[in-house]
Amino acid sequence: MNALALKAYDLRRDVLDIIVNGGGGHIGGDMSSMEIMLTLYSRMNVDPMRPDDPDRDRFVLSKGHCVETLYAVLADKGFLDIGEVKARFSRFGSEYIGHPHNTLPGIEMNSGSLGHGLSVCVGMALAGKMDKRNYRVYTLMGDGELAEGSIWEALMAAGHYKLDNLCAVVDRNHLQISGNTEDVMGHHDLHARFAAFDWHVIDVADGNDVDQLNAAFDGAEQTRGQPTIIIANTVKGKGSTLMENKASWHHHLPNAEEYAAIRKELQERKEALLHE
Amino acid sequence: MNKIANRAVMCEVLKEAASQDRDVIVLCSDSRGSASLASFAEAYPEQFVEVGIAEQDLVSIAAGLASCGKKAFAVSPASFISTRSYEQCKVDCAYSNTNVKLVGISGGVSYGALGMTHHSAQDIAAMSAIPGMRVYLPSDRHQTRKLFEALLQDKQTAYIRLGRNPVEDVYEEGSVPFEMDKATVLSEGTDVLLVACGEMVKPSRDAAELLNGQGISAGVLDMYCVKPLDREGLLKAANGKKLVITVEEHAPFGGLGSMVAQVISANDPKRVINLALPDAPVITGTSQEVFDYYGLNAAGIADTAKNALEE
Repeated sequence: MNALALKAYDLRRDVLDIIVNGGGGHIGGDMSSMEIMLTLYSRMNVDPMRPDDPDRDRFVLSKGHCVETLYAVLADKGFLDIGEVKARFSRFGSEYIGHPHNTLPGIEMNSGSLGHGLSVCVGMALAGKMDKRNYRVYTLMGDGELAEGSIWEALMAAGHYKLDNLCAVVDRNHLQISGNTEDVMGHHDLHARFAAFDWHVIDVADGNDVDQLNAAFDGAEQTRGQPTIIIANTVKGKGSTLMENKASWHHHLPNAEEYAAIRKELQERKEALLHE
Repeated sequence: MNKIANRAVMCEVLKEAASQDRDVIVLCSDSRGSASLASFAEAYPEQFVEVGIAEQDLVSIAAGLASCGKKAFAVSPASFISTRSYEQCKVDCAYSNTNVKLVGISGGVSYGALGMTHHSAQDIAAMSAIPGMRVYLPSDRHQTRKLFEALLQDKQTAYIRLGRNPVEDVYEEGSVPFEMDKATVLSEGTDVLLVACGEMVKPSRDAAELLNGQGISAGVLDMYCVKPLDREGLLKAANGKKLVITVEEHAPFGGLGSMVAQVISANDPKRVINLALPDAPVITGTSQEVFDYYGLNAAGIADTAKNALEE
C-alpha cells in the first residue's frame, strides 16, 4: 500500500481537528482534495529550508477555501507546525486565517476569491520560460469555481503561450455549496472544453487514488508544447459516510458526536487500507 | 504647445529601463497602441506580454510574473484596469504584495465622446480604498518621467493614471522639482490654496495667475501623489489660507477632494471646495470641452475662488 494513501487519512484527522478547534472550515472540499495536494507536494521541488529558492516549484491553491488541507500538507512537509495551526486557526489575531496567506512559509500567493489562481500561475509559468528555469507551476481549482470567467481567460492565455511547465488540477467532486455542479451551472463535457483551449487533458477516474494521480502528474511532466489539466474525479467529504457526496457538508461544522464518528471512520478506513 | 503625451514618455522610460534590466516586463491587453507601447513591444519582444482583451487576466498574470521577481507594468485603459480588474488589483497585487505597477492610460475623460464606458472617474476612489495601493496622477511629461524612474526603483504595487492627449508642460525640462510622495509647491500664496492632480494642475496654475491679476494671492500644490497623500505638505501649504480648493478629473466622491478635506478638517479646519466632474455621465465632447463645460479650467477655478472669498 502506498504510504501516501495511509498518510492521507492521518492528515484528514488533522484537518478535522483544525476545523473543529477553529470553529469552522470547508471540510467537504478539504476531504476531496487531500490526495491531490498530498501527492503533488510529494513530487514538488520545495524545501522549507529554502522557501525562496528561485528554482522551486510553485503551487497556488486557487480554491483557497480548502486551506485546512493545505495547512496539514504544508505541516507534513515541515513548513508549518501542525500543533500551532490546530491551536490558533481562525483565532483572534492568528496568522492562520481561513484562506491562504503568503506571509506564511510555503504559501506563494493569497487566494480565496475564486478564479484567480490559474491566471497567476500563467504569470509564474511565463516567468519560468523567460528565465529558462526548469521549475513547474501547479494550481488546484474547484469544479464549481470553473464558472468564473477569468479562468477561461487564463486557459486561453496558457494554451496560446504553450506553457508546458504549467499543470492545473480540477477537484471534480461534482458538488458546490448550492448542490450538484451540473444543476448550478453545467460543465457538460469538461474534457472537450479544455481540449478546445489547446490544453492536454488527463482524466483521473479516482482522484482520491494516489497512484492514479501520480500517473497523471507523470503525464503532465512529459507533455511538451502545451499545458496540462488534470480532471480528478473525487468524492466530496471523502473519508466518512457522514460527509461523502453531501453538499450540505461544504462547510458544515461537525458537532461532538459527528467529530467522534468521523474520527473513528477515518481510522477504520486507514486500517482497511493497511490490510489490502 | 507640447506634442508629447505622458504615455509616450512612459514608453521611453520603460524602454531605457528594459535595455538595462531584463526583469522589466510590460503587459498589455490589446492596448499597446493606445498605450504608446508598440515600440516597446517591437524593441523588447521577450519582455513584452500580450494577454488579449482580458483585463482580469492581465493583472493576475502580471502578479504571477512579479512573484517570480519581475518588475511588471500592466498597462490598459484606466476605466478597465481600475474597475473591471479591481479585485485582481486588490487580491493579487496589493494583498499578495507583488511588485505590479498598474498603469491606467486614457484616464479620466480622455476618451471624450466615447462615453461613460470609457471614462475613468472612479479610479482614484476605488484604488485608494485598497490597503497597500498607492495612487499617482502625474501632471506633465517631465513629472511623468521622474515618477516612472522612481517607480522602477521600488518593489511595491501602485496605480498610475495617465491621460491620452499631450498636455502643456507644467515644469521645465532639466529643472523638475520631484520628491517621491511629496507634493510639489508650484506657487506660494496667502489667500487661497489650489490643490490639483493630473491634468488639472496646469489650469490650476493658470487660475492662480488670473487670481493674482485680480489681487487675490493663490498658492498651487501639485498633489501628484494622491495616495499616500502628502499630509505634511498639504497642511504647510494650507496654513494661513482662508480657503482650499481641490481640482480633479474625477467623480466628486472619494477622490482628491475627499482626501484633502479629511486632512484639513481634522487638522486645520477651514472651507474646502471640491471641483470635480459631476455625479452623472458627463456631457458628450472632447476632454477640453468637458472641462470647460464643468468649469474645470483656469477661468472656472478662478471664479470659484473669487466668489467664495467674496461670500
